[in-house]
Amino acid sequence: MLNNFPLWPDQASTMAHRVDALYIFLLVVTGMMALLVCTCVIFFAARFRHRPGVRAEQIEGSIPLEITWSAIPLLVFMVIFAWGAVVYFKERTPPADATEVYVVAKQWMWKVEHAEGQREINELHVPVGRDVKLIMTSQDVIHSFYIPAFRIKQDVLPGRYTVEWFRATKPGVYHLFCAEYCGTQHSGMVGDIVVMEPAQYEAWINGGTTGPLSTTGEKMFAELGCATCHRTDTQGRGPNLLGVFGKPVQLEDGRTVTADENYLRECILDPGAKRVKGFQPIMPTFQGLVSEEQVNALVAYIKKISTADQSDGAKTSASKAISQATDRAQPNQAQPNQAQPNGSQVQ
Amino acid sequence: MEIAIPQPVERENYLNKEYGVWSWLLTTDHKRIALLYLVSITFFFFIGGFFALLIRLELLTPAGDLVQADTYNKLFTMHGMVMVFFFLIPSIPAVLGNFLVPMMIGAKDLAFPRINLLSWYLYIIGGVFMLHCMLTGGVDTGWTFYAPFSTNFSNTKIVEAGIGIFIAGFSSILTGLNFVVTIHRMRAPGMTWSRLPLFIWAHYATSIIQLLGTPVIAVTIVLVACERALHLGIFDPKLGGDPVLFQHLFWFYSHPAVYIMILPSMGVVTEIIACFSRKRIFGYSFVAFSSIAIAVFGFLVWAHHMFVAGISVYSALVFSFLSYAVALPSAIKVFNWTATLYKGSIRYDAPMLYAFGFLGLFTIGGLTGLFLAALGINVHVTDTYFVVAHFHYIMVGGAVMGYLGGMHFWWPKISGKLYPEGWARLAALIVFIGFNLTFFPQFVLGYLGMPRRYYDYSHMPEFQVLNVLSTAGATVLGVGYLLPMVYFLWSMRYGKPASDNPWNAAGLEWKTTSPPPTFNFDEEPVVTWEAYNYEELDAPPHTQEVPVAR
Repeated sequence: MLNNFPLWPDQASTMAHRVDALYIFLLVVTGMMALLVCTCVIFFAARFRHRPGVRAEQIEGSIPLEITWSAIPLLVFMVIFAWGAVVYFKERTPPADATEVYVVAKQWMWKVEHAEGQREINELHVPVGRDVKLIMTSQDVIHSFYIPAFRIKQDVLPGRYTVEWFRATKPGVYHLFCAEYCGTQHSGMVGDIVVMEPAQYEAWINGGTTGPLSTTGEKMFAELGCATCHRTDTQGRGPNLLGVFGKPVQLEDGRTVTADENYLRECILDPGAKRVKGFQPIMPTFQGLVSEEQVNALVAYIKKISTADQSDGAKTSASKAISQATDRAQPNQAQPNQAQPNGSQVQ
Repeated sequence: MEIAIPQPVERENYLNKEYGVWSWLLTTDHKRIALLYLVSITFFFFIGGFFALLIRLELLTPAGDLVQADTYNKLFTMHGMVMVFFFLIPSIPAVLGNFLVPMMIGAKDLAFPRINLLSWYLYIIGGVFMLHCMLTGGVDTGWTFYAPFSTNFSNTKIVEAGIGIFIAGFSSILTGLNFVVTIHRMRAPGMTWSRLPLFIWAHYATSIIQLLGTPVIAVTIVLVACERALHLGIFDPKLGGDPVLFQHLFWFYSHPAVYIMILPSMGVVTEIIACFSRKRIFGYSFVAFSSIAIAVFGFLVWAHHMFVAGISVYSALVFSFLSYAVALPSAIKVFNWTATLYKGSIRYDAPMLYAFGFLGLFTIGGLTGLFLAALGINVHVTDTYFVVAHFHYIMVGGAVMGYLGGMHFWWPKISGKLYPEGWARLAALIVFIGFNLTFFPQFVLGYLGMPRRYYDYSHMPEFQVLNVLSTAGATVLGVGYLLPMVYFLWSMRYGKPASDNPWNAAGLEWKTTSPPPTFNFDEEPVVTWEAYNYEELDAPPHTQEVPVAR
């Protein structure tokens, strides 16, 4: 029991050093404040203890003193606030080119799916030195994906995606905890984060998979009949999905939203909620028909055809992909930069 | 003018005026109601404490070997619910506040004596629901009731516990209402706002929170019940609801609720420090208005419980900033208390030892709040034992220390008897040591990453040493809490009779007899002095020649 008795957690991500630096700063500053108060209290208590015949000296108060001991802590607080905010911004802003990993939480298990198709349960393999972004959702209650050695934590909610990211810096095996109480086996919802050297990781990620996640999504896109409406030309009854990811989308009710993962997910599960301008509310909900993993695959596929579209221009492998997924081949080409047709083009 | 009879054998007071069960159960005397509350909250305190002890015993070893997982989850849930809603929130206001608010301002009773009695009955009805719920299976959601676990997944008695808390909430609202009206309308002639004891200011601020905050938790509980029964889709994402909305509603009350617990304790400590250093409080108006500032700002920081819950970066920034704003008034109080000691004439009687304990523990609790309000650190330590340690330092280290200090300070007034001073000092020391041993290791555990609400940590046995320390501390702490109950009960029968003002303290409550008569004062007092007029109290009767301090 006593041989393994750490007082400081592992530092295994780029975030760990940032958080620890602020933590140490706070330990020093608050330590000094505590020491100051304690010293004063103990000194006054001893120095001014009751002695017979000596009376207390009444002091009304002092405005300059009040201002001093309000202003100095306030300044210190603002420094802590600003520093904490800077660290938080870093924590909450995933780099654009991060490797994406999908996480589905359920009572009481973590299911992980890599873009390359590797699946894991209660384990996450990642390489050293690469930014990894977790796109997470829950099948049931709220969970929280917590890696103490990385100093990161994010609640995982049902009904939407939340995101966290990290860059591991040290190979090893680290704790993964569920940090939001989620029922009976909450304390069993733990796992391992395995940080590997890049070469080892490459071998691991390419060993025995069922193919990339987006390929699964592509198959589903065809099987669920998505492609009958979401065609690659402007004739579809649903919006053309080429290039839609990450772009602003105008909604029927006048709002504009960005087509991020959460928006795509919501459109699949609750199509009426944020309908694209110019389209009829004819899409059925897929709530209950597709699992969280399948939603992830669909989203991964839509993202793939978007990025491919952006980089390659009009006639791309992605639009081919949609064409192939469509039962009838489409004669028209997809038009770049016109992800959604306007109202007049809809029949 | 009546002639004071020295040591009257049976002077009529609120305790001996009437006898029999009904004279207690139908009383409208605020002092008797305070005692009814004292008995009931002590009962719930020991239930909650028993749960705490079982929790600590389970965590002695990494494996989940003492109780089942579900049992453990119910233990920490019931521990939280009982301690928060049935002990901490009513503790100082309903016992000491009830007893002292009218006396301190020179009133005969609270403004609405029957509503005061009603509030106790509501508390008891709520408590009966809670007890029944506990005895027939309990609740396993954590005291926080997070949706959708509480609304769609847990099969335990959530609605029943909710009803208990809902009803007890009205008890809290009525007490707050009573205090606000009483403090506004029933002050004795000459008792201006600037002459009010700071205990009253603290209770005034507390009452405002009780009045404005408690209805929100009531609404939240109703929504949870509706969601469970009718599947309205308020919090359930499958029906278009938002589980994070629940957290906003819940913390909108439950954060200010922390100030319901700590503000009265600050009021108690202010009285004690003034009395035992024989001084007026340094910066009276700053201490008074810092209570109001805490009550106001306390309503604007709820989302700092939700920095990783899925709120936007920008709202997190706002709530982090405001959390530092609410920390400042607490810091101002600590500095003013410390300055009050300067050039005082300090005695170390038991109440003062508790006040010193409060200062130390509250300072640690407050300073670790600065860690949690820092966004970057919060992400790492929220939902870990760091948070558990932090809020126990505030709510147990702070609030309960203050409560015990207050009980010792006013016990001679309440019971008319003196408790054994030596035992009381020993108990204060045991509580202080036991408390730190229990909760300080939890800060370390939290930064190491041990999550809250884990009954089994066999995956991470490296956390055991700190947990063993914590459990050891909890047993010491348990002894420290049992002792006062024993010697208070003992003193009721065997204690020496207390004089009217055994501490020679300022304040109207000391100007009446111990125990006080039913209507508190034989004549309505007229106040011509400022609060904490220790200079006049300590002035030698004949000569002014005694040297003043140093």
